[in-house]
Amino acid sequence: MLERINEAYTQIARAQKTLGRTVNIMEVCGTHTVTIFRAGLRSALPEGLKLLSGPGCPVCITDQGYIDAILAFADRTDIIIATYGDMIRVPGRNGSLEQKTNRGNIKIILSAEDVLKLAKQNPDKKILFVAVGFETTAPATAVLANEALQQGIKNIAIFSNHKLVVPAMASLLTTKNHRIDAFICPGHVSVIIGCDAYLPIVEQFHKPCVVAGFEPMQIIDAISEICRQLAEDEPQLGSVYQAAVKPGGNETAKKIINDTFDISDGYWRGLGEIKKSTLKLKEKFSSLDAEKQLGVKFIPEEDLTGCCCGEVLCGLMDPPDCGLFATSCTPDSPVGPCMVSSEGACAAWFKYTRKKRQK
Amino acid sequence: MCLAVPARIIELKGDEAIADVIGNRIQAKTTLVPDVKLGDIVLIHAGFAITVLDEEEAKKIWQLLADLDNFSKTNKRVSG
Ligand code: SF4
Repeated sequence: MLERINEAYTQIARAQKTLGRTVNIMEVCGTHTVTIFRAGLRSALPEGLKLLSGPGCPVCITDQGYIDAILAFADRTDIIIATYGDMIRVPGRNGSLEQKTNRGNIKIILSAEDVLKLAKQNPDKKILFVAVGFETTAPATAVLANEALQQGIKNIAIFSNHKLVVPAMASLLTTKNHRIDAFICPGHVSVIIGCDAYLPIVEQFHKPCVVAGFEPMQIIDAISEICRQLAEDEPQLGSVYQAAVKPGGNETAKKIINDTFDISDGYWRGLGEIKKSTLKLKEKFSSLDAEKQLGVKFIPEEDLTGCCCGEVLCGLMDPPDCGLFATSCTPDSPVGPCMVSSEGACAAWFKYTRKKRQK
Repeated sequence: MCLAVPARIIELKGDEAIADVIGNRIQAKTTLVPDVKLGDIVLIHAGFAITVLDEEEAKKIWQLLADLDNFSKTNKRVSG
């Protein structure tokens, strides 16, 4: 283990020398952010390396307009809102889903399959499914849509806001002032899409992309490999999570995503509109599409005043630099989504450092 | 939300499985890993198996989860 840490130190120093400055690596996935904090990696790594938290937490990148679009249905007695638990505390303009739970029509689900059960148990109500997440949860929504269609179940309305990771990474690299030298790519998303999916980032933007799992040592290994590539100016695809991630990913899951969704442009909190980054149900599934059935309407909104989640998600700013961090914004009363989700960068910084930055 | 846990398939009917995660039984769909067999270890994410894992990798993650569990317990105690 010590050897692997030493190796990382050596490679970081080499990369720093080649670049002539601090090496900036973005961990795209929120679960990596948490692992990094929990294992104390930030303080264990040399000063010449900076880890940036990226837009890899589905809750954090969901635009406020999407939350408000759902909230508009929270008072309807003919509707049950089904959502993954992480979403319910995210503040919209008019409160959060959590504040409406006393009405009993907001159900937290653990699996998309639960939506099917809810629909069968409540034939006289429509189940509005808050379908968020990356390529990891999109296939589950796809299975649900296909089963519902096959079984002729009509009282499900899916509001799809599934996001694709690679277009967001590409978009970050086209923003002005970005400071990303390489990416640690998400583990579970990569189980689905495969390492090869990051090839455009390597080829078009010349940034190393290395997939890691969730053990702290794997993150160290990924950092080593990235720094080696940077030192040698040889950006490549890599993976230190071969046990679960194949180059082509999970073909069955990719196929059902392709068969069920069209790729469209979509809004991301902080990043704005990103071309070809969002999954919307195909025409064939219109009878299950909340936008067509219920007229659920997404209107992009200005983000909450004072909240800097956008900058945080782009790696332009660390959470303690936000004026609200640890003062008016805490996990108990979050102002922005990065403080709501346990995988959000602000929540992780708060839990593990809790310090305001000394000015 | 992106957390996934390894679990061993102990019952399998069509694409509906019961899986064991360190002694806890959970329901999972195996639609996305159609070749899965009884006894296989899969990584389960939001109720769906997303890949088959080998025993060694699964054990590492189980250990990690057990540590986390202990960690969060002590953490709670310390902060009251
Ligand atoms: S600390 Fe709170 S207000 Fe500031 S960026 Fe993070 S979530 Fe937004």
